[in-house]
Amino acid sequence: MPVPVVDLSLLAPEIALAVLATAILILGLIVPKGSRFGLSWLAIVGLAGVLGITLAGWENQGTLYEGLFIVDQYAIFFKITFLVAAFLVALGSQRYIERIGDQSEYYSVLLFAALGMLVMASAGDFITLYLGLELMTIAFIILVCFNRTSARSLEAGIKYILLAGMSSAVLLYGLSLVYGLSGSVLIPEVAQAVARHPSPALILGMVMLVAGLGFKISAVPFHMWAPDIYEGAPTPITAFLAAGSKAASFAILLRIFVAALPGVWAYWTTLVAILAAVTIIVGNLVAIPQTNIKRLLAYSSIAQAGYILVGLVTAEATGVKAVMFYAFLYVFATVGAFTVASCFYSVTGSDEIKDYAGLSQRSPFMAAVMVVCMLSMAGIPPLAGFVGKFYLFATVVNDYLWLVFIGLVMSMVSVYYYLKVTLVMYRDEPVDNTPIKLSGPVAVTLLITMAATLLIGICPGPLSEAVNAAANTFFLH
Amino acid sequence: MVEYAMNHAWLIPLLPTLAFVAIIFLTRPWPLLSALIAVGAMLTSCFFATFTAIGVFTSPELTEKPLVYAVNWFNMPGMEINVGILLDPVSAMMMFMVTLVGSLIFIYAIGYMQDDPGYSVFFSYVSLFAAFMLLLVASSSLVEMFVGWEGVGLCSYLLIGFYQHKISAREAAKKAFITCRVADFGLLLGMLLLFWNFGTLDFAALAEKIPHFQQYNVSAATLALIAFLVFCGPIGKSGQFPLHVWLPDAMEGPTPVSALIHAATMVVAGVYLVARVMFLFHEVPSVMQLVAVTGGFTALFAATIAVTQREIKRILAYSTISQIGYMMLALGVGSLTAGMFHLWTHAFFKALLFLGAGSVLVALHHKADVWEMGGLLKKMPITGWTFLVGCIAIAGIPPFAGFWSKDEILLATLESGHYVLFAMAAFTAFLTAFYMFRLFFLAFTGAENPANHPKESPWVMTVPLIFLAIFSLVGGWVGTPWANVWSEWIFFGHPHHGEPNYMVMIGSVVLAGLGIYLAYYFYCADREKVKVRELARRYQGIYTLLYNKYYIDEIYLWLNHTLVDGAAKIFYLFDIYVVDGIIVNGVAAITGLFGEGLRVTATGRLQNYALVFFLGVLAVFVVLAFTSPLLAGPIWGGVR
Repeated sequence: MPVPVVDLSLLAPEIALAVLATAILILGLIVPKGSRFGLSWLAIVGLAGVLGITLAGWENQGTLYEGLFIVDQYAIFFKITFLVAAFLVALGSQRYIERIGDQSEYYSVLLFAALGMLVMASAGDFITLYLGLELMTIAFIILVCFNRTSARSLEAGIKYILLAGMSSAVLLYGLSLVYGLSGSVLIPEVAQAVARHPSPALILGMVMLVAGLGFKISAVPFHMWAPDIYEGAPTPITAFLAAGSKAASFAILLRIFVAALPGVWAYWTTLVAILAAVTIIVGNLVAIPQTNIKRLLAYSSIAQAGYILVGLVTAEATGVKAVMFYAFLYVFATVGAFTVASCFYSVTGSDEIKDYAGLSQRSPFMAAVMVVCMLSMAGIPPLAGFVGKFYLFATVVNDYLWLVFIGLVMSMVSVYYYLKVTLVMYRDEPVDNTPIKLSGPVAVTLLITMAATLLIGICPGPLSEAVNAAANTFFLH
Repeated sequence: MVEYAMNHAWLIPLLPTLAFVAIIFLTRPWPLLSALIAVGAMLTSCFFATFTAIGVFTSPELTEKPLVYAVNWFNMPGMEINVGILLDPVSAMMMFMVTLVGSLIFIYAIGYMQDDPGYSVFFSYVSLFAAFMLLLVASSSLVEMFVGWEGVGLCSYLLIGFYQHKISAREAAKKAFITCRVADFGLLLGMLLLFWNFGTLDFAALAEKIPHFQQYNVSAATLALIAFLVFCGPIGKSGQFPLHVWLPDAMEGPTPVSALIHAATMVVAGVYLVARVMFLFHEVPSVMQLVAVTGGFTALFAATIAVTQREIKRILAYSTISQIGYMMLALGVGSLTAGMFHLWTHAFFKALLFLGAGSVLVALHHKADVWEMGGLLKKMPITGWTFLVGCIAIAGIPPFAGFWSKDEILLATLESGHYVLFAMAAFTAFLTAFYMFRLFFLAFTGAENPANHPKESPWVMTVPLIFLAIFSLVGGWVGTPWANVWSEWIFFGHPHHGEPNYMVMIGSVVLAGLGIYLAYYFYCADREKVKVRELARRYQGIYTLLYNKYYIDEIYLWLNHTLVDGAAKIFYLFDIYVVDGIIVNGVAAITGLFGEGLRVTATGRLQNYALVFFLGVLAVFVVLAFTSPLLAGPIWGGVR
């Protein structure tokens, strides 16, 4: 049997990331405790390098291992998204992590999580998908309970292990059903099998698969874990969970949906529309009574997942592009908001919204970033979120007017609770007047998130062109 | 110069933006410099707008085909959005009006905001507001306009809540923002539908496509729905019934803000929007009726409330709502000419009235109750006399500006055969004259209140008053029935030359005169105001109802509490307690039956989260099985 020629250049980002993560882990053991801070810089610079490699490989497309691993611009776009998220989180969390644990462990695990996402984006079959998913999930489990002295963090970790384990089990069980009945694990072949012989067991298998991924994107009714774990986890990790793990799951969900589209899964669309609507409603309404900023952002991120699901409803070219567009801009808004929260926690030790009183006087920059990020999530022009939402809803406006209606009513509701936070920051007098100082890297993170949110909103052209190109390669398969 | 201005019209919104950036980032510590930058930018914009207007109003071809400078903003297959500047007589007029009134109000604010700790911030916000407003006015596509639309809303929010220490100001700001958002989602939905059906949101392209909507497989019903949804935006932004509640509360902001945003410019953006997409409304007579009825009703409704209010700015706020109702009425009966004409004249006299009120408030240290004023005319002659000019103008006495535009509206309503609306509008004219002169007589004539020590405001505040007073006089002369220049330029479809209708003219003057006389009789001639108190006592019920603004705020508050908060609570409770409580206890009870051994996990919560997850999987599967015929066969077939 001839050995298939593998073009390793297609795998360059994954290889580089794996090497980097391992190197940091090993160096952590060698370097004495006091000087491990440099490792965080190695991770950050390394991530920037991997991002560069990925960007450089934009034109380099192909499939590996008989279709198990797909490198198209669609995958590359999502990889860029994850790497940007990882980069921002890494940059913004140096000081935060210094207080709670070991730098080298943190950064290497963070990089492994990102590696898992990269693999997911390129998965052409369910096994690769599962590999990537588990790599990401296990890394996240470690990260969620990284703050070993905090009972909350540990509790969140335990919860995440059990619930993520359960969802993985469901996914795996679904996978075995699918394989048993269709005889294949390749996404396109399974899709064809579903089209030809839609036996109930096969459909059950697919439902379980989707549920497993639905857990990751925290779509209602698979969302119950999110607020508890978002609240308990170290805040930078929450940001990465909300931005990265969600985007990765969307990337693979889209692949499954679009591959299976021609004809059969038309019936899924109503279902997805319902899921999207319920997710938007629950996420936004439950966000209203929250008093903890992380819980509020958690519910708001559930709602955001609902919005992105809207793009899945049509699963056509426009929908795919809208999802990609939104996933990308969502990274900035989420990381920005959570970085402010983590920074605030580092100084005050509080996540309560009422303690944000007078933040505009203590740190005008932090308050401004928070407002910009939140207004973007609420979809106020001219910020990025507006363009993204407009695009998402424009894809379904003719067939699912009710969904658009719900989406817009609920984004109005979301303005209400975002505004509550804004009011506290800008209107209330601070209890403690001391200004909050930002460290350089954190300030840079915040600046990037804010600038990107503004820029994508004002000038969405370049991003939309990239999305366009990327989505077109996707449809060649 | 004219050509240069027209080619560089994009500078008009850009300059205030630059002023905003400069103040926020550079000159914030130096208040006066900040103010000068803001005023300078605004005056330069006004300069450009003037020349642009001259250019537009000397090129008759622009009434047919507007001049558009656009660039591509967003481009994906199936989605192409351009942004740019659209120049036609309507937008040129608006730009000129906004920059002119804006400049005068900015100058006034130099005096009014004196010694305020947030002096620089104030000027940065108003500059940003002006930038968004001008963007809204100049935009060549609905999306771009929407950006401006939300931007002015945001600035309005910031400025209403400018006096941060006042709780009422914060609440008012929140109310304004949220009420407008309610309306905006309608507008956004309408925009999305327009985009989906016609593939564009450029005004010029839409104007060509919508009259042939059948060709695009759009039913008349869909078009009516779109028009209705689009109209939701103006209902909120322009304070029309039933979303008018935010506007009176918005008076918590500094007075120049009330004059600029909540009288002359932002609140009429709704009218402007309807005028801009008149080609849409024109195709849907039912929605046109709705616009007319909403306008006519709001005009009368707000005027009745204004009759009983006591705070000077609140009276003016209700009067603004009422006057915008007039404009909507005009648009609804199909006269874009009359609607925009009233918008134009109203901007001057209402800005004048607000600035006059601000001058009074400064003199009286923000004592706002008109019943506690009196005799101010002697102590504050410039403010007093210019205020009188404003009152005459709004009451509709010739040859002041308000007369001509109101006359146009009455005439258009009558000619279109809306007799009931005509009667309502005429009665509103009477009420307007009455409540405005009630305000004037109570505040400026009669005995002085010994507790007050008023003195005239500095020239930086009175000079803008004088300018606005002049415009309130001459501003209407461009549209007299005998030499109607206005209708030659600003119209929809074809220019319409109404014959001078002396019956309507005389009738409206008589009604206004009657209103003024009654106000004089009750509030000026009767020194002790015995008669009016007696009247209020006799009709206690009506008086209380009007004074409390028909209790609409209370109704909304109640609805808000029960519906929104209720729903949020229910969902929250469901998330936490149904899962935590009922299912927890239920599962715990069942588990208990199997012995403690099964309860391995530490908390009950986790099990329930998992339970919900599995129920979710089941639900998804069942839904899929039911909705998909392809699956229903294999699944249910076996059962049958």
